Amino acid sequence: MTAGPGWSRNYWRNYVAELEKYQGEAPAWCPGCGNFAILRAFKEALAEENIEPDQLCIVSGIGQAGKFPHYVRCNTFNGLHGRSLPAATGIKLANHNMLVMAVGGDGDMYGEGGNHLLHAMRRNIGIKVFVHDNQIYGLTKGQASPTSMEGMVTKNQPFGVLSEQLNPMAMAISLDCGFVARGYAGDYMHLKDLMREAIRYPGFSLVDILQPCVSFNKINTFEWYSKRVYHIGDDHDPLDRIKAFTKALEWGDRIPIGVIYRNDRPSFESRVPVLSDGPLVDARPEWETLEKKLAETLREFY
Amino acid sequence: MDYSIKIGGEAGQGIQTIGDVLGRVFARSGYHVFTNQDYESRIRGGHNFYQIRLSDMPVRAPKRELDILIALDGASITFHQPEMREDGTIIYDSALLMKTFDGPQFLDIPFLKLATDTGAGKIAANTVATGAVLGMLGFSLEPLFDIMDIILKKKDDEARRQNRLSAVAGRDYAVANCQRCSFTLSPAGPPKMLLPGSEAVGLGALAGGCQFYSAYPMSPSTGIMVYIGAKAKEYGIVMEQAEDEIAAINMALGASYAGVRSMTGTSGGGFALMVEGLSLAAITETPIVIALAQRPGPATGLPSRTEQADLLFALYAGHGEFPRIIFAPGDPEQAIRLTAKAFDLAQKYQIPAIVMTDQYLGDSQWTFDSISLDGMALRDFRAGTGEIDRLDRYMRHAFTETGISPFAIPGKTRHVVVTDSDEHTEAGHLVEDALIRRKMVEKRLFCKIEDIRKEIAPPAYFGPENAATVLISWGSTYGIIREAAEKLADERVGMLHFSEIYPFPGREKFDYTGLLNRADRRICIENNATSQFAQLLEAQSGCTVTDRMTRYDGRPWLVEELLEELRGRT
Repeated sequence: MTAGPGWSRNYWRNYVAELEKYQGEAPAWCPGCGNFAILRAFKEALAEENIEPDQLCIVSGIGQAGKFPHYVRCNTFNGLHGRSLPAATGIKLANHNMLVMAVGGDGDMYGEGGNHLLHAMRRNIGIKVFVHDNQIYGLTKGQASPTSMEGMVTKNQPFGVLSEQLNPMAMAISLDCGFVARGYAGDYMHLKDLMREAIRYPGFSLVDILQPCVSFNKINTFEWYSKRVYHIGDDHDPLDRIKAFTKALEWGDRIPIGVIYRNDRPSFESRVPVLSDGPLVDARPEWETLEKKLAETLREFY
Repeated sequence: MDYSIKIGGEAGQGIQTIGDVLGRVFARSGYHVFTNQDYESRIRGGHNFYQIRLSDMPVRAPKRELDILIALDGASITFHQPEMREDGTIIYDSALLMKTFDGPQFLDIPFLKLATDTGAGKIAANTVATGAVLGMLGFSLEPLFDIMDIILKKKDDEARRQNRLSAVAGRDYAVANCQRCSFTLSPAGPPKMLLPGSEAVGLGALAGGCQFYSAYPMSPSTGIMVYIGAKAKEYGIVMEQAEDEIAAINMALGASYAGVRSMTGTSGGGFALMVEGLSLAAITETPIVIALAQRPGPATGLPSRTEQADLLFALYAGHGEFPRIIFAPGDPEQAIRLTAKAFDLAQKYQIPAIVMTDQYLGDSQWTFDSISLDGMALRDFRAGTGEIDRLDRYMRHAFTETGISPFAIPGKTRHVVVTDSDEHTEAGHLVEDALIRRKMVEKRLFCKIEDIRKEIAPPAYFGPENAATVLISWGSTYGIIREAAEKLADERVGMLHFSEIYPFPGREKFDYTGLLNRADRRICIENNATSQFAQLLEAQSGCTVTDRMTRYDGRPWLVEELLEELRGRT
């Protein structure tokens, strides 16, 4: 199903029905949270990409974003804080026909899980990562995150944040990450399209989603973001890594949203020889064959 | 016939190659062989040794007394001359050591010159030494040539010819010049296989249907990863070197959740990093096998040496309360069986299973006439697609009598498979309800544990029924203690060996506590400082241990040392 002009009432009805199959548990987020818009964009992106809930696996860690897969009907591995990418890597390698996504916040993906993010990008494993980046720790009630702006005063950083703000887009491009994009929870149609592109990209996709935290971040509010974000235009060539890097450095009065960078590196799973005949999960050995092979292998020790 | 040969030298001098080749020649020739290694944590220099014991009777441990020492450096002579038998021989090259040694024990063989005379480079000096040892013992060079052909398969015919000539030169020189050599070879048995401990764990993984292995290199566990990596293509295994141990266990858990049998391997420090993942395996009821190759700690400890000091760590690792399986094989054959069994039980009960080895077992090699695969099988405990699809609703953590919920494969059913590191409902969604929490703890822990215990084999016993003294051992000390016990058989000494450690074996199949209680002395012998197994045994069985023998210098016992210590006590 493709969204387009000329939607009829009937079309809408089908569309809503289509979304129902993704209906998960009732969200426990704060009223007004930017996550609601992300959830809506996400379900619509799934519907428009014709993804069945049982063919999708969302991996998450801990944080408000970590609860995300419970609010979508899908295969779910809600694991440890910061460790969603290794778990997602294992799932993708076990069954590369499944759409595997990882969802987490800025603390989960950029703080606790930073090392895994670097290496997942290096692998270019076909995982789609959506980061709910609210520039603050929500679940632990208001401490600075890796993307909090320098100088931001919190209960836990009374002298203001002393470390420089992490720029996930520039970091990703410097690592030649396959697909690098930024979206905004306040622009859900645009976000939905970004998610669809990220889903279609065969390798590793990172979508950093600016998401106001209505409870703890009183600086980066809907108003703050709305004044600053702008759509990256057709004049930007996402295949040009140098220009993409320059674009990624833009932050402040104007914040670009859209696809910042992409390349055509082959996905990790397409390069693992053992996976060329199909998913690992479909290749479980039978004892009779295994026994013969083992007998052969044991002979190598004589 | 019971000869011991030691090869000593610096790291990088090729002592391992000489040792491996000699070990294989002896095994192929039909003798019982035991080899072990002692090395420093460095790439070049230092002092390392490789020890080989060969006999016409089964050998399971290193001996202190040496018959032949190949000294590739001066330190070998300083350290190991005291271990020589009176009539033993030290072979060395005075050109290499830049020193001549006097005395009837020394035989100066020009390894370098004989090698270069054949046209081969200095590298063939080790082949000369290998040939010399075989000549001294009276072995034919044919098995050596066969093994060199396997090793040199990529090299040209000229290299092959030069190496053969080098071996012949070494043999001829030794035969002509070793006046004191009076080795006699007893009749040999059928050709034997020479199996190293680390590879045996890898073989067990293959036999257990392992399809996914992720790990971060760490001595002494690396050998397992390298072996599985070498077999990955043939056996259809994805082996991924993870960025760290945290990633390694989480990757393996991801793959296991997605339906493939998965394993990781590490040593103490890496296992410490995996502990949160172990806890994740428990609450998500995701099967996983972990090879824990111990080395002395704390922290980096002695990276290349041996210890059994992580038993209680493995037993209690992980926050929260949950069941686990711990196996500790005593030899490579047990390592194959127990690793395969770990896969079987981990999947059956959806729990973590830990296979504990150490540097001593991982790096030692044992001979076997053959390894039987009889009685082994690959049982599939995953729920079939049809079975799950027929359900109106699938719940990954459904309450059942046994505590085991149907294990559906995500993507292979119309239902979704949901699990969570938070306490969760039967459907896998996070929950804080007190009643559900209580039922989940009971499901994971109490419902499963007694059934798991029934799967655990009792300890093995060797010795008289009315033993006055029972030596108690676990894991890698099996061979050493068994040999010591055999030597003390006349003194009514027996030995009890535990290889399936936890859940602690019940007494239904073998009343080992009765046996222990009837003995006057119950001596627990361990490679750690606090008698960890004795603590476990006392807590779990009610038996008390009368003596605790510990060794925590990073080295294994030698049979003679153990006997001396035991004789001092009994």
